[in-house]
Amino acid sequence: MSVLDSKVPKGPLKDKWTTYKDKINLVNPANKRNIDVIVVGTGLAGGSAAATLAELGYRVKAFCYQDSPRRAHSIAAQGGINAAKNYQGDGDSTYRLFYDTIKGGDYRSREANVYRLAEVSTNIIDQCVAQGVPFARDYGGLLDNRSFGGVLVSRTFYAKGQTGQQLLLGAYSAMNRQIARGKIEMFNRHEMLDVVKVNGKARGIIARNLVTGEIERHSAHAVVIASGGYGNVYFLSTNAMGSNATAAWKIHKKGAFFANPCYTQIHPTCIPRSGDYQSKLTLMSESLRNDGRIWVPKKMEDVLAIREGKLKPTQLSEDQRDYYLERRYPAFGNLVPRDVASRAAKERCDAGFGVNATGEAVYLDFKSAIERYGLEQAKIHGIQDASKEKITELGEAVVEAKYGNLFQMYEKIVDENPYKTPMMIYPATHYTMGGVWVDYNLMTTVEGLYCIGEANFSDHGANRLGASALMQGLADGYFVLPYTIGDYLSHEIRTGRIPTDTPEFDEAEKEVTERINFFINNKGTHSVDYFHKRLGKVMWDKCGMSRNAAGLKEAMAEIKEIREEFYKEVNVPGSANEMNPELEKAGRVADFLELGELFAKDALMREESCGGHFREESVEIDGEQKGEAKRNDKDYAFVAAWEYKGEPADAVLHKEQLEFKDIELKQRSYK
Amino acid sequence: MNLTLKIWRQKGPQDKGKMVDYKVTDISEHMSFLEMMDVLNEQLTNKGEEPVAFDHDCREGICGMCSMYINGEAHGPDRGVTTCQLHMRMFKDGDTITIEPFRAKAFPVIKDLVVDRSSFDRIQQAGGFISVNTSGNTQDANAIPIPKHAADEAMDAATCIGCGACVASCKNSSAMLFVGAKVSQYALLPQGRVEATDRVKNMVAQMDLEGFGNCTNTGACEVECPKGISLENIARMNREFFAASIKG
Repeated sequence: MSVLDSKVPKGPLKDKWTTYKDKINLVNPANKRNIDVIVVGTGLAGGSAAATLAELGYRVKAFCYQDSPRRAHSIAAQGGINAAKNYQGDGDSTYRLFYDTIKGGDYRSREANVYRLAEVSTNIIDQCVAQGVPFARDYGGLLDNRSFGGVLVSRTFYAKGQTGQQLLLGAYSAMNRQIARGKIEMFNRHEMLDVVKVNGKARGIIARNLVTGEIERHSAHAVVIASGGYGNVYFLSTNAMGSNATAAWKIHKKGAFFANPCYTQIHPTCIPRSGDYQSKLTLMSESLRNDGRIWVPKKMEDVLAIREGKLKPTQLSEDQRDYYLERRYPAFGNLVPRDVASRAAKERCDAGFGVNATGEAVYLDFKSAIERYGLEQAKIHGIQDASKEKITELGEAVVEAKYGNLFQMYEKIVDENPYKTPMMIYPATHYTMGGVWVDYNLMTTVEGLYCIGEANFSDHGANRLGASALMQGLADGYFVLPYTIGDYLSHEIRTGRIPTDTPEFDEAEKEVTERINFFINNKGTHSVDYFHKRLGKVMWDKCGMSRNAAGLKEAMAEIKEIREEFYKEVNVPGSANEMNPELEKAGRVADFLELGELFAKDALMREESCGGHFREESVEIDGEQKGEAKRNDKDYAFVAAWEYKGEPADAVLHKEQLEFKDIELKQRSYK
Repeated sequence: MNLTLKIWRQKGPQDKGKMVDYKVTDISEHMSFLEMMDVLNEQLTNKGEEPVAFDHDCREGICGMCSMYINGEAHGPDRGVTTCQLHMRMFKDGDTITIEPFRAKAFPVIKDLVVDRSSFDRIQQAGGFISVNTSGNTQDANAIPIPKHAADEAMDAATCIGCGACVASCKNSSAMLFVGAKVSQYALLPQGRVEATDRVKNMVAQMDLEGFGNCTNTGACEVECPKGISLENIARMNREFFAASIKG
């Protein structure tokens, strides 16, 4: 018998959430005023949760490491947010969104959670419009949609290429309303460094004021972690520089199980890296695959000529190009899911067809789209016999209206005009599906400790579909957690304020202070980044887009070695009692150095290929799917939840068996 | 390329602060400006000196956290970019680059190039929202059609990233482009009209309270804004404010 209880309500899938909501305990408004909730992180999940909990009447304390909640990395999400509105009348429904998400996740997510996500998705759009989020509209004044990878309908709502920004500013405005009313106490430039447990329940946190260096104690009746994903374990990723796993990792060390760490999304369309100095990678939204076609040259001699600058991609005719996604996956073409698109790019580049100096880039070409839109516009405007130049001009205007900010971003970084020459792209770490294990209530294995958004593992299985991260963040924060946490807090109305002058808080604060002093006094020979880069290289080379047993074992050993050296040799300048960015980084990298090893251990255990986790030992040998990833449902249809036992290598595996009652397990085929 | 950097160093809010010269060598033109700063900081750390503190996070021009005043311009010499998107190809070998924090009474320096912009948050808290609860029990998203041009204009105003370049560029340290953008976004949408009168009055009052100056139409803010927020937003805010004042 597993120690994990997912607490999924009984009854038919369709009715679970409604029935559950009808029956849970509620907290009387007068009592809510006396209950404290801590929310760590103010992205889409944390921001929306903090605002909603405050509206309900709880006393909320919210924390973010940035100088304002508006800067959380949700802001950088570009493409859009899914919702089963079926405004396009193209056959969409709650069931279909649910089905696509389960299938896209390669049948490794929990049915009931995903169905609930699909169910509340429509409310999110209504809510955001009411909040003044300026979604794109058509000329009739109604909301516009676009299409994303892995689906056959148009259900993605968007605000140019800045959807995450607009949704986050919506949640931020909802928070501001509550901050003004005194219902949320906001702690900017604060970092949570540990959780405090009293009698087995989460009762508060230890945080560092990043301006003064002061260590603070904060108590509450429940703690919500919404601190995002751990993509920066790779050093280079599309995450923000400050994005970190510290809050999630600290709660793991205090008893919260960590699930499926090896499920990482390597996003297919990012700007390729250019040198060792590089600090981060930049995403080009997946929405570009609506109109862009991905290709490499068919002939090696053309590849070499392009690399040497003797040939331009625009000089190659159609029959000299290999539109490899359209060739391999005719049904979905350029809109296959992210994991499939990334592996296909790697396959071509590994075969030597990469088109830039490093051999790690493929083309994303808008020429066909510009022509198609140009012809359409010429017709709309009644222009007879439009010249080629006119068509291009009209077409470019349409492309600019759709993706202008992305094209500008690309041009600023690469110094090439993507309207005239195809973009170069290559996969990069973007999102982590794995995370803290939570039950149906979004509660971790520690009582009163919740985890929402990217920080938890729950909804995306082994691969996340485009435009679903924003959906999950807001669903958790606006519409799920505020209900489920009430059920728990209904038992806390007689508890009273949690004091912070107790041995539990003393102990936690002591640990935090000792660790900070250790870093300051270590005076080693290498900077924090030196170790972070080394970790990143091991992760990318051995735990990246494809993995094998030998490499993963090496990765575990190497990461342990880097970690030991880090503790001996890291150099953190400055003092603890001031703003000290190097000290902040040191703490975060120390945690990545543990998480990375557990990541490799998890990947080693899972001897199947599923979603973003591709094991070279597990591929289809023959038939139509030859060379594609091979899943093993008989042995691996479970969530791997790891319990902390000291060293990452000693973590203990607990399995939550996944049951599929409403969906038949099939091989994913996008052919 | 090899460069000389003149950087503002200030230990803390009470410290007087001064410009300090540094040399960096072998800088690639493909680096971003902040990657060049990373090189400098790695160099300082390895020498046992304290690295330069500066704000940054997403490094793709959207979070609004980075904030340097480079050679007398907020976010440096390029147009339509934040400091993190500024690339070293904008500079030449041998250049001397002056790097200061954003300077304004309402943005006190915390350390080196890091300033406190929480005054922006407080202006938003004064009225930068629509008073609708997040219950999900609102009407259908398509119940009120919104003309495309109004939605597009609202979106253009809403793309403000709250970096404060407008304030840093203005000789009066005025925040009117920032406030005007938020007032405009909601004023253009039917959902925001309901509270428009109170919103503009409260936000402007808070803006004055924080110590920002007034607009004298020099337009520097529009030139330096990394997101191209238009001066029209200031005009719209003034109209809204005037109308609100008459209504009382």
